[in-house]
Amino acid sequence: MSNTTTETEQPPAPDDSAAERLSTAPVESDGPTGIGPFGWARWMWRQLTSMRVALILLFLLSLAAIPGSLIPQYQNGQGQLKVEAWKAQHATVAPIYEKLQLFDVYSSVWFSAIYILLFVSLAGCIVPRTWQFVGVLRSQPPAAPRNLTRMPVHAAWRTEADADVVNAAAHRLLRKRGFRAHLSGGAVAAEKGYLREVGNLLFHLSLFALLGGFAWASLAAGTGGKLMVQGEGYSNTITQLDDFNGTRFYGSQDLDPFYLKLDSFTSKFQTKGDQIGAARQFTANVEYYAGSDESKLKKSTIEVNHPLEIGGSKVYLIGHGYAPVVAVKNGKGEVVYRGAVPFLPQDGNLTSTGVVKVSDYGVGPDGNKTQLGFSGFFLPTAPLSFEGTGPVSLFPGDAAPELVLNAFAGDLGTDSGLPQNVYQLNTRKLTQLTQDGQPAKARLKPGEGWELPDGYGSVTFEGYKQWASFNVSHRPGNSIALVGGVLAILGLIGSLFIQRRRIWVRAVPLPGGGTQVELAGLARSESAKIAEELAELAVDLQDDAPASEDEDDATETDVPEETGAPAAPDASSDPAVPADQNSKE
Amino acid sequence: MQLASAVDPQLADLSNKLIYSAMVVYTLAMFAHMIEWTFGSRGAVAVRSKEQSVTLAETVAAADAKAAKKVTVTVAAAGGGTTTLTRTAVAGEGATVVTSGRGADEEDGPGAAGTNERADLAGRIAVSLTVLGAALHAGGIVFRGLSVSRWPWGNMYEFSCAFAFAMTAAYLVLLASKKNVRWLGLPVVLAGLLTLGIATTVLYTDSEQLVPALHSPWLAIHVSTAIFCGGAFYAAFIATLLYLGKDSFDKRIAAGLTTGPLGTSASIWRRLPAASTFDKLSYRINALVFPLWTFTIIAGAIWAEAAWGKYWEWDPKETWSFITWVAYACYLHARATAGWKGRKAAYLALAAFACWLFNYYGVNIFVTGKHSYAGI
Ligand code: HEM
Repeated sequence: MSNTTTETEQPPAPDDSAAERLSTAPVESDGPTGIGPFGWARWMWRQLTSMRVALILLFLLSLAAIPGSLIPQYQNGQGQLKVEAWKAQHATVAPIYEKLQLFDVYSSVWFSAIYILLFVSLAGCIVPRTWQFVGVLRSQPPAAPRNLTRMPVHAAWRTEADADVVNAAAHRLLRKRGFRAHLSGGAVAAEKGYLREVGNLLFHLSLFALLGGFAWASLAAGTGGKLMVQGEGYSNTITQLDDFNGTRFYGSQDLDPFYLKLDSFTSKFQTKGDQIGAARQFTANVEYYAGSDESKLKKSTIEVNHPLEIGGSKVYLIGHGYAPVVAVKNGKGEVVYRGAVPFLPQDGNLTSTGVVKVSDYGVGPDGNKTQLGFSGFFLPTAPLSFEGTGPVSLFPGDAAPELVLNAFAGDLGTDSGLPQNVYQLNTRKLTQLTQDGQPAKARLKPGEGWELPDGYGSVTFEGYKQWASFNVSHRPGNSIALVGGVLAILGLIGSLFIQRRRIWVRAVPLPGGGTQVELAGLARSESAKIAEELAELAVDLQDDAPASEDEDDATETDVPEETGAPAAPDASSDPAVPADQNSKE
Repeated sequence: MQLASAVDPQLADLSNKLIYSAMVVYTLAMFAHMIEWTFGSRGAVAVRSKEQSVTLAETVAAADAKAAKKVTVTVAAAGGGTTTLTRTAVAGEGATVVTSGRGADEEDGPGAAGTNERADLAGRIAVSLTVLGAALHAGGIVFRGLSVSRWPWGNMYEFSCAFAFAMTAAYLVLLASKKNVRWLGLPVVLAGLLTLGIATTVLYTDSEQLVPALHSPWLAIHVSTAIFCGGAFYAAFIATLLYLGKDSFDKRIAAGLTTGPLGTSASIWRRLPAASTFDKLSYRINALVFPLWTFTIIAGAIWAEAAWGKYWEWDPKETWSFITWVAYACYLHARATAGWKGRKAAYLALAAFACWLFNYYGVNIFVTGKHSYAGI
C-alpha cells in the first residue's frame, strides 16, 4: 500500500480486533480444545493463567492471611510463649488448630499453596505478555479500522485541502505530540503511552524480586540473643550467645565474628501525666570490633530505632532491666559469692524477678556441704508498704530501689550436669529458711545487709547495674526485597498514571470534490482525556485542513449511520470497542 | 534517672479547644448541607438543564462568531448515549474554549441545591463553614505538635485527627480547583465528625512525648502517608457507595419504580452526578492511592527493620496492611477482568475498605501486637 492512494474505496484494515486491544492481558478461553490429556493440560494451564483465576487467587490470599492475625503465631516475637498460653486456654480446639497449622499460618501448606499457585499463574501470564509486548514494540501501530466514525471517540469534517496534505500534516502533528505514528494506505495510525505496559510488566516482575528476597532471607538468615550487664562484653560465638536460631545456610559455625561490650545504659521515663512511666529514651553505649583484631576497638551507641551494623550482622537493642549486685558471706564471714544478677522485668514499671544461686557455698552450719539460693524481686521504685499490692514497683526509673529476697538452702541441682534456667530456682531439693516460724524475708535498700537465720551467714545488697539485651541478626536478601519494592512502586506509577492510547486519522477525497477528514481515538474507559486530546489535535489539524463552510451538513449527510447511537449497544459484536469493554469470558 | 523533656500544657489545652471548636463548626456545616438538600428541589432540575443548554448554545454561538476553528468530538458512553465536546480556537488570540454537553441518560444532576436559591445559599454557607472548621482543625493539629515539639501523630487520637483533616482538606482542594464536588460536602462532613467524635471520646490521650520505638524519621513518612491514604480511601469509599446507590436507582427507575433504594427520595438521586461519574471517581482515587499505599507498607517495613531487626514479622498490623493491599490489588484486577466490572468490582472496593477500617480501628483495639502505642 502506498500513501498516495486516491481511491475513494477505503483500504481494508488488516486486523480490526487486534487494533482495539490496548492491553496485553490474557484472553479468556472457553473450554478444553483438542482431545486427550494434552488438551486438558493446556486448558488447565490457560485457566490458571487467566485473569479470572488470578483474581480469585488474590482474593483467597487475602482471606488466608486473616487467621494468622487473630491466632498467636510461633514466628512472631515471643510467639512460642503466646502460643503455649493460648493452647492452655483452649485445650479442646488446640490439637485441631495445630493440625490445620493455624499457629504457623504463613508457612503452612495451604497458605504456601495459594501464593505458589499465584506466582505460577503470574509467571505463566507475564512471560507471554512480555514477548507479546516486545512484538508490539517492533511492529508499527495497528492500522486504522475501516470506519473511524464508529469508534467511541471520533470527529469528522469536510475540507477543501488535498487528502495527502492532510494525512501528512496529521502524521507530523502526531509525531510532535510524542506519538509513534505511521502513515500508510491513506491513513495515519499512531500510538502513545507504551510506558504503561512497561510499568505493568515491571510491577508484576518485581513481585518476583520481593518473593526472592523473602525466600533468600528464610534460607540464609539467623538471629541470636545476648543479654549483657553494664561492663560485660562477649564474642559472637555459639558458646557465648544466650540463644541462636539458624537456617540452612547460616548455622552456628557461620556466625559473623565480632566482639561487643556494653559500657553503660541510659534510660529516661515520663514523670508526669496520664502516661507516667512510659519510656522516652533508651541508649546503650557500646564498644566493639569486627573480626578478631582488638586494636580496631570502636565506640558507638545502639538505640531502639538505630541498630549497629558489625561485619554482616546487625545488633538491635530489644530489652533492658536492672541487675542487683549481691555479695554473700558464709557463716565464717568468707565471701562466697559476689556478682550482678540480671532480674527480668514483669511489668511496665520494671517490677523485676530473679534468683541468686550460690553454688560454691561450701559447708553449712550443720557441717554438711550445702548450697544457697535466693529468689526475689527488684523494685526500681518501691512503695512504702506492700500492703494489699505485694511487691510491685511504682515507676520504671530508679527513684527508690529495693531488693526483696527469700532464702533457701539445700541442693540447687547445678551439679547434675543438666542445663539450668538461670532465672528460675528449682526448689525440689531446697528448704526455705525460716525465722520465728515464718519464711525468712528481707527488704533491702542499696548498701544494706541481711543476717541470715540459723547461722547461714549474710547477704549484702551492694548496689545495682543496668543490663540490656540485644538481638544479633544476620539477614541477607533485604536489599533484593528493597529493590523489588522500589521497582514495584515505579512500575505501579507507570501502570496506573500513564494512559496508553491510539489515534487514527484518515483523509479521503470525496467523489464530488473536497476531502472528508476523520479522526478517532481509543483509550481505556476510565479516562475522558482522549476526547480532549483528539479535540486539540483536530484544532491543530485545521490549520492545514480548514473546515468547509457547510461543514455541519456535510458530516450529517456523509456519515448517515452516525446519527443515532454511534456505538452499537451490542458491544461484543462491534469491533470498534476498546479492549477493556470487550467480553473476555 | 533523668527527667523526660516537658510538655507545654497551655499549647496542649489550646489544641484540644481548637479540635472541639472545629467539631462545632463542622456540625453547623452539616446542618447547612442538610438544609441545602432539603430545600433543593427536583422540580427545578429540568428548568435548570434547559437554562444550561441555552447558555451552552449561547457560549458556542458567541465563540462561533469570532472563531476561526471549531471541532466537535463525539464520545460514546457505556450506556449507549453520547457526549459531545466542542473545542473552539478563537482567531488571533489562540485561546480555546471548551464546552461540553451530555447525552440524555448520562446526565450529571445539578447538585444538592437544584435551582433553589435558598438551598444554594445554604450550600455556600456550608462550604464556608467547612473551610472555617478545617482551619480550626489544622490549628488543633499544629498546636498539638508544638506542645510536644514533634510530629503530631504518635497515638490513635492524633492519627484520627490528622486523618479526618486529610479527608476534609482533599475535598476542599477539589472544590477549590473548580471541580463539581459540592455534593460530596455532606458525606465528607459527616465522616469527619464521626472520626473526630470517636477520637475525642474513645481514643483520647493527653499530649505526651513518644515511646522510643516511635523515635524515627520513618514515623513522619510512614504515618503521614498512611493517614493520607486513609483519607483518600475514605473518599473513594463514599463515591463507591454513591455509585451503587445511583446505579440501583437507575435500575429501579428503568423498572418503573419511583423511589431510590431503601425508600429514599428520587429527588435526592436525581440531583446527584451520574452513576458512571461516581464509578470513575472511585476508581481514580483508588488507583491514585494504591502506589502510595504500597509505599506506605514498604516504608513501614524499613522502619520495622530498623526497630526490630526484621522487616516483616506478620505482626497483626502488618498482616492487615497486607490484606488491605491485596484486596485493593484484587479490586484493580477486577476492573480489568470481564464479568467483574461495575457492581462486582464495587463490592470488592467496599471489602477492601472494610479491611482498611479494621486495620485502623480493629487491630489497635481488639488485637495486641507490636503496633500498640501509648494510649491505645
Ligand atoms: C502476585 C499477585 C498480583 C498482584 C499483587 C497484582 C497486582 C496488580 C495491580 C495492582 C494491577 C493494576 C495495575 C493496572 O491496572 O495497570 C494489576 C494489573 C494487571 N495484572 Fe496483576 N497482580 C498479580 C498477579 C497477576 C497475575 C497472576 C496475572 C495474570 C493472570 C496478572 C495480570 C494482570 C494484568 C493483565 C494487568 C493489567 C490489566 C490492565 O490492562 O489494566 N496479575 N495487577
